[in-house]
Amino acid sequence: MEDINNQSKIGEVYQFEAEAAEENLPPEPSPEPEEEMSLADSVKTLSPTRLVLKRFFRSRLSVIGLAIIIFLFAFCWIGPLFSPYTESTVDNVTDRMNITVSEIVVVDETTGESFSVWKIDRSPMGIDGLASPSAEHWLGTDQYGRDVLTRIMYGGRTSLTLSLMVVILETIIGVVFGGIAGYFGKWVDTLIMRLIDIFSCIPSLPIMLIIGSVLNGAGVDADFQIYFMMAVLILLGWTGVARIVRGQILTLREQEFMVSATARGLSTPRKIFKHLVPNVIPQLIVSMTLGLGSVILTEASLSYMGLGVPLTSASWGGMINDVTTNVSNLANASYAQIWIPSGFCIVLAVLGFNFIGDGLRDAFDPKAKR
Amino acid sequence: MVKYVIKRLLLGVLILFCVSFIIYMLLRMMPGDYVTRTFTANPNSELTEERIAQLMEIYGLSDTPVVGYFKWLFGSAETGSHGAILFDFGTSFVYGDEVTSVIADHMWISFALTLFSLILYFPLAVFLGIRAAVKQYGAFDYATTVLTMIGISFPTFFFSAIVVRVFAFGLGWFDTSLGLQSSGLINPTWWELFIDQAWHLVLPIFVVVVLSIGSVMRYTRTNMLEVLNADYIRTARAKGLSENAVVYKHAFKNTMIPMVTVLAGILPGLFGGSMILEDFFGIPGIGKIAYDAMNAGDIPFVMGYNVFIAFLTVISMLLTDIMYVVVDPRVKITK
Repeated sequence: MEDINNQSKIGEVYQFEAEAAEENLPPEPSPEPEEEMSLADSVKTLSPTRLVLKRFFRSRLSVIGLAIIIFLFAFCWIGPLFSPYTESTVDNVTDRMNITVSEIVVVDETTGESFSVWKIDRSPMGIDGLASPSAEHWLGTDQYGRDVLTRIMYGGRTSLTLSLMVVILETIIGVVFGGIAGYFGKWVDTLIMRLIDIFSCIPSLPIMLIIGSVLNGAGVDADFQIYFMMAVLILLGWTGVARIVRGQILTLREQEFMVSATARGLSTPRKIFKHLVPNVIPQLIVSMTLGLGSVILTEASLSYMGLGVPLTSASWGGMINDVTTNVSNLANASYAQIWIPSGFCIVLAVLGFNFIGDGLRDAFDPKAKR
Repeated sequence: MVKYVIKRLLLGVLILFCVSFIIYMLLRMMPGDYVTRTFTANPNSELTEERIAQLMEIYGLSDTPVVGYFKWLFGSAETGSHGAILFDFGTSFVYGDEVTSVIADHMWISFALTLFSLILYFPLAVFLGIRAAVKQYGAFDYATTVLTMIGISFPTFFFSAIVVRVFAFGLGWFDTSLGLQSSGLINPTWWELFIDQAWHLVLPIFVVVVLSIGSVMRYTRTNMLEVLNADYIRTARAKGLSENAVVYKHAFKNTMIPMVTVLAGILPGLFGGSMILEDFFGIPGIGKIAYDAMNAGDIPFVMGYNVFIAFLTVISMLLTDIMYVVVDPRVKITK
């Protein structure tokens, strides 16, 4: 059965690319082969995947985007292994000590003489807050004496994992609902579309605020809150994917290969998820990569508002919030080492995914000239 | 057409009921209702149990959430409201005024902010998008693409922080205490007040312009590219029309078809304000007002605000669909 099934992917029309195209000549096959060679010898067959990859890597921006994302992942997951600190290590000043000298005057009542007794107290200096960048702390420390660079790495872990999970889960839900709606049509479609309408009319930021404070007050464990926030992000985010899938499937289900699938008596789930959904995968991949960027932005905004990520663990948005709660901190140069790098990490992550998504969209586009 | 619009409007009403029900349930689940927060949180308060119960009654918090929702919807004698169904959203706990009038008071500042930004960025974005499409893969295309992509990637609060750091703290052009008005103004004339407020809106408008220009520009570019590849453009060129006539007369008009629908989609943002931006710059627009109300557990206001936003979203979705039909006669409404 398997070999017949594979034929139903429409994308799989093999594209031929003349070898002349390698030198950026127009990709039309040369009008008349001069030598006695069959056309098949002079052309190279590329599978659709190879073709897409080739187009993708030809675009400079998508390669840059890929490099940014690989760098960020390496930075966040491998980086902390080389750091002597954890995200909550409070650094104390060790090279100096706090010395207080106090003079105690003792007066002998019988003789009227007075002595001075000197008391010297030594104590640790306390936390090394807002230290400037140095060899030990490449980006200095924050106001609680924690290493900024390490916190940025851990913040990135949270941000990237969370966004990946949200996007993957909302795509799965979107595919299931969109697929069902598009395939069955009629009242199922109407019902799911109304559901989508309702969800897309819910103002997401206010809802997040409300749910965030519900969770805070309900005494939900801080580490667990993030899962709830993720669930809400997914709940409000799957509608976009569902719309794409439904729209595509509405047109696809009328095509011949679906008639053939029906004639062969395939089960409905098999028809939807093996024959229809694979044809939507290009659009899905694009919407997932672009979605990653926007989820990172949303997550950053949420943690900026103090929602979602527990306060003790680091997050890019939260680190900026720590500084801007008092706007005048922006004028202070020793805060700049905290908010500027973490902000740029957000920008880099979003930018990387946007570049990749854009590159993929162009690469998947059959009409693209390059 | 009329039938279609009526159907969509009725559907919109149904959506609004569902959305408001979901939000009301969430709000009532919020820990520490308004009464507990404002009256009993104060250690000096000597409120008796009865008094608290009485206050809960006054604020309409004593009912179960479902009953509370229906009282909110249809009005009740105790709170003296006619119910949301008659556009009476009750009295805001925090602002002590009718919800509708609080919204109306603070809506305009957000509206002005968004409208001015829109007037600035929309034509600019369309122009840049067209230039980029005409010179596809040229230096200009790459430069605008990269710059606008960077613009899209900035979170509002981070870009606001940079802008404030550079222009207010660094160059000293703007008031570092932010807000909408300088504190030093004594008995200003309306003109001085206007200039002062306008000056305070420059930075937020700048932020909105930079952050929004990208998506409109990308959208214009994509559409323009599609149009430029169409056959009638080749015909226009073959007729010997000048390149300007081809681009700005033939292609541009057709590019504007999808763009009109973008404009319809801006509606919720136009009146609904932006929470993070207004909160950052301390502008008392509708977004900040709602943010503060939400933190205080002000149920009537939050409900009113969210229903307002949901209403705008429903209308803008309807407008988008109608716009499609209006600007492109080939599109037919089905069902």
